[in-house]
Amino acid sequence: MLRFDNVGLRYGVGPEIVRDLNFAIAPQSFQFLTGPSGAGKTTLLKLMLLSLKPSRGAIHIFGSDAAKLNKDEITAIRRRIGVVFQDFRLLDHLTTYENVALPLRVMGRNEAAYRAEVVELLRWVGLGDRMNALPPVLSGGEKQRAAIARALIVRPELLLADEPTGNVDPSLARRLLRLFVELHKSGTAVVIATHDLSLMDQFGYARRLVVGDGQLRVFDGDPR
Amino acid sequence: MKDDSQTIPPDSELKRDMPLLPADSTAGRALVVVIAIMTFLACLTAGGAILVSEASEAWRGDVSRDVTIQIKPRAGEDVEADVAAAAEIASRAPGVADAVAYTKSQSEAMLAPWLGDGVDLGQLPIPRLIVVHMEPDHREDLEPLRAALAKNAPQASLDDHRLWLSRLDTMADAIVVFAAALFALMIVAMATAVGFATRGAMAGAREIIEVLHFVGAADSYIAGQFQSHFLRLGLRGAGIGGGAAAMFFALAAIASILAHRSAAGVEIAALFGAFRLGVPGFGAIAAVAGAIAFLTGLLSRMIVFRQLRVLL
Repeated sequence: MLRFDNVGLRYGVGPEIVRDLNFAIAPQSFQFLTGPSGAGKTTLLKLMLLSLKPSRGAIHIFGSDAAKLNKDEITAIRRRIGVVFQDFRLLDHLTTYENVALPLRVMGRNEAAYRAEVVELLRWVGLGDRMNALPPVLSGGEKQRAAIARALIVRPELLLADEPTGNVDPSLARRLLRLFVELHKSGTAVVIATHDLSLMDQFGYARRLVVGDGQLRVFDGDPR
Repeated sequence: MKDDSQTIPPDSELKRDMPLLPADSTAGRALVVVIAIMTFLACLTAGGAILVSEASEAWRGDVSRDVTIQIKPRAGEDVEADVAAAAEIASRAPGVADAVAYTKSQSEAMLAPWLGDGVDLGQLPIPRLIVVHMEPDHREDLEPLRAALAKNAPQASLDDHRLWLSRLDTMADAIVVFAAALFALMIVAMATAVGFATRGAMAGAREIIEVLHFVGAADSYIAGQFQSHFLRLGLRGAGIGGGAAAMFFALAAIASILAHRSAAGVEIAALFGAFRLGVPGFGAIAAVAGAIAFLTGLLSRMIVFRQLRVLL
């Protein structure tokens, strides 16, 4: 599904932020991406999302060499990926419903055709009574759930989540994690960037990709 | 029993029509003002050019239909007889609708503003005039009249106002070219303002663009959003500017009717006609306003496309 071969990234003429990245994300796999703050987790997620071009090496995604993709092909690939940002990135002038429906709207789908789907997902993440609320009046946890719902609405083949539980209390964090596990069970490959060790320990079977000193080490999870 | 929590909210209960780019912003309002002013000026220029062009057509039509015969007084000859003979020749010439000789008193009245009242023209060697109106289809066909005068009234000379006409042509053409250049400059200035505003809007909406890209929006979709946004701003600005220009010309037409009785009003009417644009003129204003709104949307789309090309 996603493979990095000797990937390195530098900004301008500076030193490489990450180097010699060699790993693969298999379909329907579940992994944590971890490491100390500033180690390059977010950079790695951006590389996976094709929003950064590697300085060297090759990224293969859904069977294509990322370096050879044109903009339309990149757009098509992004429609197969769900992403949850650390800072949510909800659009403040759109309601919760509109934010969650955004990926379907930009695909040009008719609003009447996806309304039931979006409403159902919003109720599932506990935002059924906040559909018309604007993000500035949502709590941190509500924003987090709206961001997750937006990533899930297209039933992505790959889900990338950057610190998805970073702004919520432990019980809500566990609830949100269960969402990702459900999604994984339904066939989505999940990558969750976090530095919350206790959270990772609850999912001992998950693979761990550990970024440190610009390099990546992969630790397989415990067999279930 | 029906479970309300599982029903799909109807349209009235769901807010879902927000444009992806926030509709109102200070920069947007400033652009509406700039577009309104530019449209107003562009419509004034276009309307002014139409008025001058129509008025010059009318001048040319009037002047080219008339030719003048001058009868120079000859020593010992009866100038009245010469005038009558030349008028007779002219009225019989092919293509001539009628020939009207100015009487002695009419000539004195014409010269009164310069020479004063009570001047006896008989004491001065001043040519007498015959105004000849040509048939509409024979405006250019003056040779038979010229030949008849040369043969039978050698003291008469024919003035077909060609020099005056060519000067009128040059002046009217110069005004229209100047208006076209002014119009082009305004469009360039407006396009530059739209360019700045689009880049500013893109910078302000950087985060929105990023999110749209990440959720799978194509460049064409994002450019389309900007195009709709700027088309709305353009329509608002062009509507205000075009409406103001239409109102200006309507008020000017009313004012020219009211002022028509005064001497100044008559002078203005001679230069610009009745100052009435008419349906084609107002149609031109609507076309200019529509074109400016369309141009605003199109320009923003092109600029956004170019800027998005460098983004991943």
